[in-house]
Amino acid sequence: MQLRVSIDQAGYDQSAIIRNIHFTLQEGQLLAVIGPNGSGKTTLIRAISQVLPYGEGQYYINGTNLMEANENSRARLMAVVPQSTYVPPSFLVREVVLMGRTPYMNWNGKASRVDEKFVQEAMDQTDVKQFENQLCGELSAGERQRVILARALAQNTPVLLMDEPTSHLDLRYQIEFLELTRTLGLNNGKTVLVAMHDLNLAARFGDVFLAMKNGTTSAYGSVRDVLLPEKLSEIYGLAVRVINLPDGGSTVVIPQ
Amino acid sequence: MHKLARPTLFSFAALIIAVLLSIGVGSVAIPPKEALEVLWNTLEGTAPTSDTNHTYQIILLTLRLPRTILMIMTGAALAGSGCAYQGLFQNPLADPYLIGAASGAGLGAVFSLTLGWPASPLSYLTVPMSAFIGALLTVFLVFQLAKVKKTLPVTNLILAGVAVSSFVTALTSFLLINASGELRRAVVWLLGGSTMAGWKPVLGQLPYMLIGLIGLSAYAYKLNVLQFGDEQALQLGINVNRARTRIVVFATLSTAAAVAFTGVIGFVGLIIPHILRRVTGGDMRHLLPFSMIGGAIFLVLADVTARVIVAPQELPVGIITSLCGAPFFLFILRRSKEKD
Repeated sequence: MQLRVSIDQAGYDQSAIIRNIHFTLQEGQLLAVIGPNGSGKTTLIRAISQVLPYGEGQYYINGTNLMEANENSRARLMAVVPQSTYVPPSFLVREVVLMGRTPYMNWNGKASRVDEKFVQEAMDQTDVKQFENQLCGELSAGERQRVILARALAQNTPVLLMDEPTSHLDLRYQIEFLELTRTLGLNNGKTVLVAMHDLNLAARFGDVFLAMKNGTTSAYGSVRDVLLPEKLSEIYGLAVRVINLPDGGSTVVIPQ
Repeated sequence: MHKLARPTLFSFAALIIAVLLSIGVGSVAIPPKEALEVLWNTLEGTAPTSDTNHTYQIILLTLRLPRTILMIMTGAALAGSGCAYQGLFQNPLADPYLIGAASGAGLGAVFSLTLGWPASPLSYLTVPMSAFIGALLTVFLVFQLAKVKKTLPVTNLILAGVAVSSFVTALTSFLLINASGELRRAVVWLLGGSTMAGWKPVLGQLPYMLIGLIGLSAYAYKLNVLQFGDEQALQLGINVNRARTRIVVFATLSTAAAVAFTGVIGFVGLIIPHILRRVTGGDMRHLLPFSMIGGAIFLVLADVTARVIVAPQELPVGIITSLCGAPFFLFILRRSKEKD
């Protein structure tokens, strides 16, 4: 589904943290949001998911105006993977993944067969099934992150917003998970926005790129428009080299 | 078998034993067999078989049974609301005292006690009413002070709760010092001693407690999701502000119902959910009902202890709950530290 974001300004208590960010993602596209610490990546995800107290802008998923939709309909349209991997320790892994089905369940959280199916599928995809009956307090940070990813997948939304979703994962799970989201984009038309620090991963999985600096758009477009040595040097304040590997397509960024 | 089948059976058995103890123990001891027989006869409407049974009947029906039921309801209300507050603020130290609900209810109740209303039958309506109003006004004040724009940060809530609570407690003390004749009564009440006997307080408390606890149970699942924090709960489709406001109103109602008739009874709302979380896990749909039963058992037993420990005198039950609650709480705290 199409995600259209047009932010004039957004932030907390009348003070704008981010401004002038405009983009439209087509169905199945993966947008990689890059930028240094404090450049507004997390605030952007908060703005789109409508949890910021202040903002002027427009947000649409297909025809639905997200500012007018209620919490429940929004949660059926987009799932959010937060940066924090905090999970209340006294819940079971299975219980947490099932919470992704909250927008579809009744007041008492009663799971239907369909809910169970999505939960099982999400647990398989993120490889958390092996500890589904364990308490979250017993897991490592990386395992908790996979549980949160499973919860977001179980939500089964056309749009997925992720804030540093692989920060605690080892190399194998990083690649596997991003491969999975790309597959979901290709096969199921899931539209994905990922904020990430690892430029090489971004280059490998992104269809479109948004580089942010000081809360606003610094560059937007394809690999060739955004991952340029002079652009990246300007954004991060560090000289970098961008190498296009001869294997056809891979781009590698290394600090100089 | 469901994993909670055994704990459920166990807790109901414990509740029945506690109730039998509570109706049996006192200046006149009534053995469980006789107690059940008398109660059965009363239900059937047959006359007591002997003079002893007739005495038993009077003691049971006018004193011990209503008192036991009052303790069951109060314990359930305190532990239930404590459980809800702990979930809501993701803080194991949260309880009805934290956001000013109990101290506000105390002020409201003392206010109506000093007006001399308890002497009239009207007091069974006015004391809980004014306790509830006091609790709601205090909680409202705390919320207003804690509010930033449209959001309600938990830290602000706790800080405002502590500040307003001390202010309200000071006001209560001021009222107590100025009240002459009712002073003893109010002080005993404040320490958690039930000064009202018979069925009237039971009936007076019942509607508040039922609405409060049923309301809380209806929000048990949302309490689960809210433990992930406001932002994630919103992103999972929960109307956070509405859910939280309602949970606070229902928990405050339960607290006020408890405080109005039995005074300030500490530690029940704090330790019971804390202990039972180890049995049920974090799911509020299990923890909340278990806390209610657990709170009821604990308070009934505390009340029995309060009656026998300095017999023929009676201690306020609040002293017992604090005397055994505080060390037990520290014991639990220490044990969990050693585990880590």
